[in-house]
This record gives sequence, C-alpha cells and structure tokens, in this order.
Amino acid sequence: MRQMSAAFLILAIVTMIAACAAMTLRGLVHCALALAVAFAGIGTLYLSLGAQFLGLAQLLVYVGAIAVLIVFVILLTRGGESDARPLIPTGLPITGIVVATTILALLAWAVFHSFAIHSLGPPASPATVRELGTVLMADYVLPLEVMGLMLTAALIGAVVVAMKEKQDTQ
Amino acid sequence: MLDQVFVSLKHWLLGYSPAAIQPAVSILLTILPILLVFPVLFALTTVLERKGLGRIQNRYGPNRVGFYGILQPMADALKSLTKEDIVPASADHTVHFLAPLILLAVAFLPFAVLPIGRNMIAANLDAGVLFFFAIGAISELSVFMAGWSSRNKYSLLGAMRAVAQMISYEVPLLLSSIAVIMAAGSLSTVEIVNKQAGFSGIFPHWYVLTPWGFVGFVLFMIAATAETNRSPFDLPEGESEIIAGYYIEYSGFKFALFFLGEYLGMFAISGLGITLFLGGWGAPLPFLTWVPSWIWFFAKLLGLIIGFIWVRGTLPRLRMDQLMNFAWKFMLPMALVVVVSAGAWRFLPQGVTRWLVSTLLLAVAYGLLARGVESRNKIAKRTYRFAE
Repeated sequence: MRQMSAAFLILAIVTMIAACAAMTLRGLVHCALALAVAFAGIGTLYLSLGAQFLGLAQLLVYVGAIAVLIVFVILLTRGGESDARPLIPTGLPITGIVVATTILALLAWAVFHSFAIHSLGPPASPATVRELGTVLMADYVLPLEVMGLMLTAALIGAVVVAMKEKQDTQ
Repeated sequence: MLDQVFVSLKHWLLGYSPAAIQPAVSILLTILPILLVFPVLFALTTVLERKGLGRIQNRYGPNRVGFYGILQPMADALKSLTKEDIVPASADHTVHFLAPLILLAVAFLPFAVLPIGRNMIAANLDAGVLFFFAIGAISELSVFMAGWSSRNKYSLLGAMRAVAQMISYEVPLLLSSIAVIMAAGSLSTVEIVNKQAGFSGIFPHWYVLTPWGFVGFVLFMIAATAETNRSPFDLPEGESEIIAGYYIEYSGFKFALFFLGEYLGMFAISGLGITLFLGGWGAPLPFLTWVPSWIWFFAKLLGLIIGFIWVRGTLPRLRMDQLMNFAWKFMLPMALVVVVSAGAWRFLPQGVTRWLVSTLLLAVAYGLLARGVESRNKIAKRTYRFAE
C-alpha cells in the first residue's frame, strides 16, 4: 500500500472533524459553517491528489454556493437560533443506520473492485483542464447537454414557483 | 537586468541557503514580498483615497501627520492597535473572532495566481483563474460569519445584503472572464498574459482593444466594484440605513483587519482585470518595452485604484432594487452576449468582418437591454395625494 503523506493525513483529519462537528453541534448555523469546512477539506483533498479543476470547482460550488444557500435557508426559516433541539434525536435512528451502512458497503465494494487499486504502476498524470474539456465536449456531450437542460428546467421551475406566490398575495 | 531584478535576487538568496531547506526558503521568499508589498500599497491607497475624496469634495484631506499627511496610515494603525477590542456580550465569540481572520487569509490568497511581472508569479496553476474565483467564494462566507456572529440586526442585514450582492455580481464577473478564457484558450493567468503580448503597429494585442473585450472589461470592472462592496455599490455598509453593515460590532484592530481585507480584495480583483483585459505586465506601447514589467503591473493597478476612488467620489449609492435589477436584467444578459461575441470573434477570419459582427452584436444587445431597463422606471412628475 502506498504511503500516506502528511498533507493527506492532516486534511483527512480536519475534514473528518468538521464533518462530525456538522452532525453534532447544537447551533444550526454552526453546523452549516462546519459543513462548509468539510466541503473545503474535500476540495483540498482533490487538489492534493492533483485534480485541480475538480478541487477548485468543489470549492467554488460547494463552499461558495451551497454553503451560502444552506445558511440563507436557515436564516430565512428559523432565525438560526433553535438551540433547543436535542443532541441525539429520540427514537431509534434505524433508517439512518440502514442507509449509512448500505452506502458504506456499496462504496467499499466499488473501491475494492475498481481497477485502480490493483494497478501497481505509477499514478497517471493528472488531467489538465483542456483534456477534461475535450472529453466533456466530445465523448460525453449528450449527458452534459441533458444535465444543462435539467438545470435550466429547475431554474425556470424556481422562477415559476416564486412568481405564483407573488400573484396570490396581490 | 532590471526587469528580472527580483527574480535574480531570489535565486541569489536561495544559493546561500542549505540544500535541505531550500524548498521552504523558496516558498518563504515568494510569499513574503506579497505579504509586504500589498499592505504597504493599502497604506498608500488610504492616503490617496482620503486626499482624492477631499479634493473632489472641496476640502483638505488628512494633512497633519507627516509631510502632506503621508504618515496618516501609521497614525491610523497605532490608533486601531491601541483601541479597546470590544466583543458584544451576546455575540458568538468563536465565530466573531474567526471571521476577520478568515477574511484576511482569503484576501491574500488570490495574489498567488496574479503574474506581477515577467516570471513573477507565486503559483503558476493550470487553472489559475478558477483558483481566483474559488477563493473569492470563501470570502462571502466570512462576511456572513461576521454579520451573523455579532447578534446585531443591522450587521445581519448588512451581511445578507453583502452576500446577496456578491452572489448576484459574481455571475457577470465570471461570464465576462469566460469570454477572455475562450479567446486565450487557457485558464492559466500566465498563458492569458502571454497571449496578449505583441503589437500591431502601435497597438498592443490586449483584449480590451477588441469590441467584446472592451464591453467585457467594463462589465468586469462594474461587477468588481460590486464584488468589493465599494461605492456606488456599498449598500452592505450604508451608513444612513444600517450604520456600517456587517462590521458594526468590530472595534480596534479587528475593524482594521476588515478594512485591510476589503482593500486587498480590491487590489486582487483589479489585478485580475489587468491580467485578463489589460495585458498583465505588458507595456502599452512598443517603444516602452524597456521599462521593467512589474512597473507596468503596478502602474496599471494604481490607475484602476484611482478609477475606483474617482467613482466613489462622484456617484451616489444605489438602492437595493436598482442594484438587483441592474445585475440580473442588464449585466447578466449583456455578459452572455459578450461570450457569444467573443465566440464569433474567435471563429471569424481576421479582418473587418469580425470587427463588424462583434460590434454589431454588442451594440444591438446594448440598445435593446438599455431600452428594457429604461422602460421599467418611468420618470414622471411626482403626484402627492394630500400635500397639494
């Protein structure tokens, strides 16, 4: 097995702690901020693996957009002061445990059966943004377009929902 | 050679350090100048700004400390260092403490990918422009942290305004940069500057001198003004409505850190504007290429800063709805047209055709969009119901 580098260890530990904090902290806004740290940690992990575009896109989208979105939602709905929430929810969290175990098992199976773990050669040189773009626009152009269409539909849907509410109040 | 004096200096210093710690020394020698030069530039800019605003508003600026008030920043720094650091009792202490630190750390990072001169870049990333915007995204979160943790209605309102404004104006900012990325065919800042080297006649090959580049540059600078919360887009700190926005509850040196972070953000985004549109460290005229490259970068930076100060002194603050309407109904469609126009420029043969097509596309779009914006806010004589 390849030696883990110090940078990887530090980043992994920070990400794990942030993810645990996002689950266990009491203030909702604190959870959201911890989640942002976890997102940033994952982004820097990608960077340390040489996936520059992926890592930076992760930072841009998750920390810049999704974390801000979560924070906004918390502020607009609850005021971010619901400290009375119990730390561990009452009742058996069976659904959560089942889902978590299933996903873990699936991921572990995928990782241990992937071809990358068995190839002992030197790691492939990281893909540049240009290669990534060429592959996206040549080989995977249909999925890309479908995704774009879906996002546009979601965007229009959001606008329509917002508009309808406005007409009702008038 | 004077052009490479700092690069040679670094190599000369590296030669004296033992081989074992050479990578660390190299990193240190790359980072330290950035950490020194830009705060000094910040100090100079505050004097320049206060003097300039004073001139615009028909008064003397600071003129007590030192020769013509040039030492005013020292006095300001001493003042903010000796002031009491007040944290509100109900504030969230950890987040309140972390917010200015994160803002400052994030404000320094973008300089890593800005080519300050020939061979003078801290980290030549393959996706440099993307790095710049990814780091910029984190500063939104730190602004929110500052506003939320203060437990103050005004600071929360300021933070919400700031974040909403930054997200809205990031879209045209990114789109106008995409036009340049398309034209240069690279996300690397060094590559983009290299693509703009060379001259036709006396004109440099800067992207600002193409029709789409000019419009893109104007859009970029407007979005940059909004992104750095500067007047006329300084609603997040509107003194008349919400006192000072997200940093009301910060005093002493933490306030100074916010101030520093804001100005560093302005320098960084101006630096990116220079890199993308104004040819980076390239000389503007062919017979001026003997001037060292880093002098050109800082000259252009100073020019843009003076532009920012001028705009601040002359334009009134926008209203929130005007701000949002302008971003989504004018800037965004215009930026999309710039992208299309840049694409046409890229694929049409060189000559008059592509100038015509590119210009026409932008002119028609501008006319239609401006008419659309104008038609919504009709200016008419105000009618009073009870006063007349």
